[in-house]
Amino acid sequence: MPAPEQRRMIFAHIDEPGYTRDIACYLKHGGYEVMKKAFKRQPAELIEEVKTSGVRGRGGAGFPCGVKWTLVDRKSGKPIYLVVNADESEPGTFKDRYIIHQDPHQLIEGMMITCFANNVKQAYIYIRGEMPQGARILEEAIREAREHNFAGANILGSGYSCDIFVHRGAGAYICGEETGLIESIEGKRPYPRIKPPYFPAVLGLWQCPTIVNNVETICHVKHIADMGGDAYSLIGTPGNTGTRILCVSGHVQRPGYYEFEVGKLTLGQLLHDVCGGPLPGRTFKAIIPGGSSAKVLRWGERFKGKLRSGQAFEWGVEDIPLDFDSMAAVGTMAGSGGVIVMDDSVSMVEALANINAFYAHESCGQCTPCREGSLWMKKITTRMVHGAARKEDGQLLVSVADQIAGRTICAFGEACSWPTQSFVAKFKDEFETYATSKPAETTTLI
Amino acid sequence: MNLKPATLTAIDEAITHYPNKRSASLPLLHLVQEDQGYISDAAIEWIAAKLGLQPINIYELVTFYPMLRRKPIGRRHIRVCRTLSCALVGGYRVCETFKKEFGCELNEVSPGGDVTIEFVECLASCGTAPVVMIDDDLHEKVDVAKAKQLSDQIKAESTKSR
Ligand SMILES: Cc1cc2nc3c(=O)[nH]c(=O)nc-3n(C[C@H](O)[C@H](O)[C@H](O)COP(=O)(O)O)c2cc1C
Ligand code: SF4
Ligand code: FES
Repeated sequence: MPAPEQRRMIFAHIDEPGYTRDIACYLKHGGYEVMKKAFKRQPAELIEEVKTSGVRGRGGAGFPCGVKWTLVDRKSGKPIYLVVNADESEPGTFKDRYIIHQDPHQLIEGMMITCFANNVKQAYIYIRGEMPQGARILEEAIREAREHNFAGANILGSGYSCDIFVHRGAGAYICGEETGLIESIEGKRPYPRIKPPYFPAVLGLWQCPTIVNNVETICHVKHIADMGGDAYSLIGTPGNTGTRILCVSGHVQRPGYYEFEVGKLTLGQLLHDVCGGPLPGRTFKAIIPGGSSAKVLRWGERFKGKLRSGQAFEWGVEDIPLDFDSMAAVGTMAGSGGVIVMDDSVSMVEALANINAFYAHESCGQCTPCREGSLWMKKITTRMVHGAARKEDGQLLVSVADQIAGRTICAFGEACSWPTQSFVAKFKDEFETYATSKPAETTTLI
Repeated sequence: MNLKPATLTAIDEAITHYPNKRSASLPLLHLVQEDQGYISDAAIEWIAAKLGLQPINIYELVTFYPMLRRKPIGRRHIRVCRTLSCALVGGYRVCETFKKEFGCELNEVSPGGDVTIEFVECLASCGTAPVVMIDDDLHEKVDVAKAKQLSDQIKAESTKSR
């Protein structure tokens, strides 16, 4: 079956010739009209629309956005904050960058609707430090929005006031984890907080109720407010609604970003029809479907089981629909939408060594299993690549990973264990024989 | 501390963005580093005093965040992405090329002071890998040839400015 057409909602104007990021262009394309309409409605109605839409978070965990908003403690009497997660640092993910650089007002309009719905008076955009131009672009866009009274005091005469500030990170992946991010804004080391009790919706920024959502999720809010939750819920597939930006990188003919209705496209269609298949003379070997933390899929692998809905499935790897529940059903995750493709030129030991170096560098160091374990896993895979591999290294790696996952403060523990666990499980032979049958010439990965 | 007037204004503005001063620590560190090139002992003490904190509160940030540095760097800052998507299409070779072109190792100032080269983690532009940041600018699809060309450009510019 050929792949369906892209449906560009969030990326409608990305790379469109003549579309510029200034407010004049945004207004010419109907900008801030949705916000104006939304401000005439009851905040509770807007929350209901987002709940009805079924939209799930695009940052990694896929948590229903509307449900997250209803968990906010509205009785504490404390201010409620919104923090937009623009840390975009999960390897393989590159979507928020384009929204920020090319269509920042879409994000700001989504934020203002979110703030109004949740009675937020002060919002922050946490942008990773390595996007200095992105930070300047956002600051300029916020200035323009304020000038047009779409943000700031008494917005459009509604009596409602809300301001947005940009907060820059400084090169630490752990700041993408929502409670680490909150600590970072508070001016501390970004050590993630333990949940419970520190659920952001209750005890978040400055111990106040806080909503943390990804950039793309917040942009969806604008479209939900525009078309209504019911209409939005018909896009995509039940339980996996809306569109989603898929970021494809690595060994395909046409890497890049593509926006599709969630679940309407299979992994095979994405890689073959949309991305043009493998490079000349190559075949696919392994796919990481949702950012580097997601468990790897082996090309040729087959899966059998039941979906959350109870429906039975039997799929080859290319048949997996690209949605949250299907990816979970085959033992991995849709995560951040970052699809990393490796062909038969790649040694899985070397690829894992690259990934392990990342996690060893990024562990915040609070929890012993994560701090020590991520470093050990890096040391083992690096040693393997540099000529001292042993037959039992695969087992050793898995034993370290198994002692991290589930024993840490934050989900980084799983994020750093899943690559090792899945690489070794699915490419066992390669790990066992790496010492004796090391591929002759490969691209350096470590 | 000899901060530029524009930096001082930006610092005062940044403090107003938060309900408490401590939250302005990271913005102030960025502003001071942009102004001075790095974070000196004097800068740590100055920022702490400005925010009513102890120097350790600032020092623990400088030692945690990879982008904050305690020493000056070369005139240009080359950051090559090291992570998987870039590595799969030659990121390591690109990094080697820059090192050879400027005759230096990672994280040190090249002889003559032209550059400091760093190997950094995923820059969120994996679809146009390998990527390199030179100062604030992102360069995409940087192969060995393009790395040489960028190096030549940097060398030419620094000869001119000398
Ligand atoms: C180690 C780690 C890194 C993360 N990095 C990011 C990130 O870069 N961007 C992001 O939006 N979410 C990231 N998340 C997920 C956030 O914690 C949070 O779930 C998300 O921002 C919520 O927004 P959403 O519900 O709209 O997805 C990360 C989580 C973990 C555990
Ligand atoms: S799991 Fe790792 S990253 Fe998360 S808090 Fe513990 S040490 Fe830090
Ligand atoms: S891996 Fe290099 S930009 Fe993502």
